[in-house]
Amino acid sequence: MIQFTINGRPASSGAPKATPLLWVIREDLILPGTKFGCGVGLCGACMVHVDGKRAFSCQTQIGEIAGRSITTIEGLSPDSSHPVQKAWLAERVPQCGYCQSGQIMSAADLLKGNPHPSRDEIVEHMSAHICRCGTYARILRAVERAAKEG
Amino acid sequence: MTEMPAVTGFALSRRQLMVGAAGLTFAFVAKGAPALAAAPAAANKGKTLTPWVSIADDGIISIMAPATEMGQGSGTSLPLLVAEELDADWAKVRIVPAPVIEKIYGNPGFGGMMYTAGSNAVRSYYMPLRTFGAQVRRVLLESVANRWGVPLAELTTEPSVVVHANSNRRIGYGKIAAFAEAPQVAPEIKPADLKPASRFRLIGKDVLRAELPNKVNGTATYSIDVQVPGMIYGAVLRSPVEGGTPQSFDDATIRKIAGVLDVVTLPYGVGVLASTPWAAFDGKAEAERSIKWNRTGKAWGFDSAKGIEAFAADARNLSVPVTNDWFKQGDAEAALTTAATVLEAEYRCDYAYHAQMEPLNATATVSPAGDAAEVWCGTQSQTMAIEAVAKALGITRDKVKLNYTLLGGGFGRRGHRDEEFIVDAVLLSKHAKRPVKCMWTREDDVHNGRLRPITAHYLRAALDSSGKLVGWHQRIAGDRVTPYQDPVRYQIAKHKDFILMLGVELRSYDIANQYCGLIYRDTGVRTSSLRGIGFTANKFVTEAFMDEIALKRGIDPVALRLELLKHTPRGQAVVRRVADMADWGKKRDGRALGFAFIDYSDSLIGAVAEISLDRPSGRIKVHNFWCAIDCGRAVQPDNVTAQTESSIVYGLGMALTEMITVEDGAIQQSNFYDYQVMRMRDIPQMHIEVTSTDNPPTGAGQMATPVVAPAINSAFATLTGVRLRETPMTPERVKRALA
Repeated sequence: MIQFTINGRPASSGAPKATPLLWVIREDLILPGTKFGCGVGLCGACMVHVDGKRAFSCQTQIGEIAGRSITTIEGLSPDSSHPVQKAWLAERVPQCGYCQSGQIMSAADLLKGNPHPSRDEIVEHMSAHICRCGTYARILRAVERAAKEG
Repeated sequence: MTEMPAVTGFALSRRQLMVGAAGLTFAFVAKGAPALAAAPAAANKGKTLTPWVSIADDGIISIMAPATEMGQGSGTSLPLLVAEELDADWAKVRIVPAPVIEKIYGNPGFGGMMYTAGSNAVRSYYMPLRTFGAQVRRVLLESVANRWGVPLAELTTEPSVVVHANSNRRIGYGKIAAFAEAPQVAPEIKPADLKPASRFRLIGKDVLRAELPNKVNGTATYSIDVQVPGMIYGAVLRSPVEGGTPQSFDDATIRKIAGVLDVVTLPYGVGVLASTPWAAFDGKAEAERSIKWNRTGKAWGFDSAKGIEAFAADARNLSVPVTNDWFKQGDAEAALTTAATVLEAEYRCDYAYHAQMEPLNATATVSPAGDAAEVWCGTQSQTMAIEAVAKALGITRDKVKLNYTLLGGGFGRRGHRDEEFIVDAVLLSKHAKRPVKCMWTREDDVHNGRLRPITAHYLRAALDSSGKLVGWHQRIAGDRVTPYQDPVRYQIAKHKDFILMLGVELRSYDIANQYCGLIYRDTGVRTSSLRGIGFTANKFVTEAFMDEIALKRGIDPVALRLELLKHTPRGQAVVRRVADMADWGKKRDGRALGFAFIDYSDSLIGAVAEISLDRPSGRIKVHNFWCAIDCGRAVQPDNVTAQTESSIVYGLGMALTEMITVEDGAIQQSNFYDYQVMRMRDIPQMHIEVTSTDNPPTGAGQMATPVVAPAINSAFATLTGVRLRETPMTPERVKRALA
């Protein structure tokens, strides 16, 4: 059994060590806000925080997270009050919404380490993600708003 | 399969169908509603039918949403139309997904099917839902008039309140619901009885889309999030070619994988049942290593690189007969014969893939006897989903219960008549005799992709001695789409492949003689409507050629469009507007501007692209993109802007990078490493102006996608003097064109 913390609570998994964390989060821990998009770390729909840093949960094996702390979109704030979530609503970012949990987790990670990123820094950081609805312009505005209103 | 006649108009019959148990409920049905649904409605005479609106005693107003929500926003804007004319307090409105009853909730734009596609929802439901909201409001007013003994004409409404100014009395809708009775005959509401635009409280004012709060905290539920008790997981290896069947595979090796519960031979592939998703995927990967396919089906041996060459040769070779005349106006042949100048051009467009973010999936539980099913899925058509499940099991549709969820993107992929990704789950559940969640991986989603078709175009334009465009002649060789995607609609459309061909007509332009002939090809490759449908290829081609004509005539491309749009003032307005926005006349250092105009389902769109070129790499960089759109009354203006941004980004991918190649009938790409979609770093500054005009609302969900490629193409020609003749305009193609 692998022991770890998820959204501040202790958790464990008996899945084979090579199992992607993504599937344990979604199907075993029933935290489906973290999404499956590509399985190869190219779209960012599965983005979570591992020990406070963003990580593709589809590229993180369950065997790697013993003793570590995972945060998913469900644990970012109890009431959608994280500045990034507020900015996302204020800028009316989501369309289909499928990629947005991952986008929000990445944006939160960026602002934690760099509270006032330049536009280029935002673009570089957020280009790890794909939004097929093309909400990029609004994501950019939302990150800037979250940085300002933080 | 039941053929559903088109509904002409959607006037509400004055028949009241239900009085609910708690509070007041209303439902009126469409006059001349489809035959399909007539029987259930008759059988339900006098019984409870689910209504459009119910008003509870506490004032909460529940309004049904008939469209599926894939990010386009009509899940909110359709109920909002009811709320507007009902004069409901939007804060008290609750939106409820409509049950699958076509007779009541069917889309009048699609013959009464419940089907969300074609940027058609607001357009088709606009008058019916407003009329219905007004009828409910009238019933409330009449109830109060009777109760208070005052003339109806003295009553007015404020949001969710009826007001009698003369006696200074007010009463909320919830209180009225407690005593009001729905009449036997619904009140007559004429268009003139509806609110004038000046009195709109919701239409034209942006509201927060209902499902948005759940999309920032992970609680929005998509099909892939569904879990039901006792559920196991399924994965399916489908034949790489439509019609292929499994010949042999190493069943025993798959079964050795820990967690694999069963291996199922399906008519079109191999299903793996497992206790976890990763075991199911591992099992499928194992099947892929050993599978041999029977080469049944048509596309084996087809190679898209050679195929498009053959298409182009057929389009160009006038001795190859057209299969049918798609569009004819005047006499284009005669115009070519008598022209002072004839210009000609060829263009090509490649296969492309939807890449909706949620890989296709569904959950199904089929009864042990196989005679009933419950399904959870994200579909663009509740009607198609239910019918596909019923067909797969050989049962009647009343034995299928459908739970439809939010879609992680649609773009046309989830509106195929066979809804094959749902059938995967159904067949596996039937075999397993327990609930199965069947998920495709991204690789499955690409390999099983249904593609925007390949097309090759040969165009000729006739100019008279003054340079005026007097004739337009096009031959298109194209891969069939509609009969593959939806045989039922193809039949209804009298064998016209509208998904492939729409957009070739130059409806807004003053060109007397036009012709487009179709050289119809069936490669056997899986094809599909894809955001922008035929417009994306066809408007690229017609607008790029128009740009060529402008340059050859030595006149400004904007001036040419203004001349051609002399009978389309709304078109002229968006052209002028976008030219102003982009400061069209101003030269850019090291960059160039390009222009395009399109009409798309009665919406009018003008665009300017500003690009530069990195010559060593061949990479086109789009720096700015200006777009003016007139889609009539903008019901939710900010959402129209959002959809236009979205359409532009999608169009950039179609224009620059997104390309599927087919070899031996099979798709060669697999995931986002070899199918490149736009990311944040790729997008230009977008400048969008939505002109809300006093016209009925027309499409908004995909209208700008087709305008992107021709605008970039025009800019490239201005920048380099070279015309690119294929989409996508990849770096390799750019380098080849410049060599």
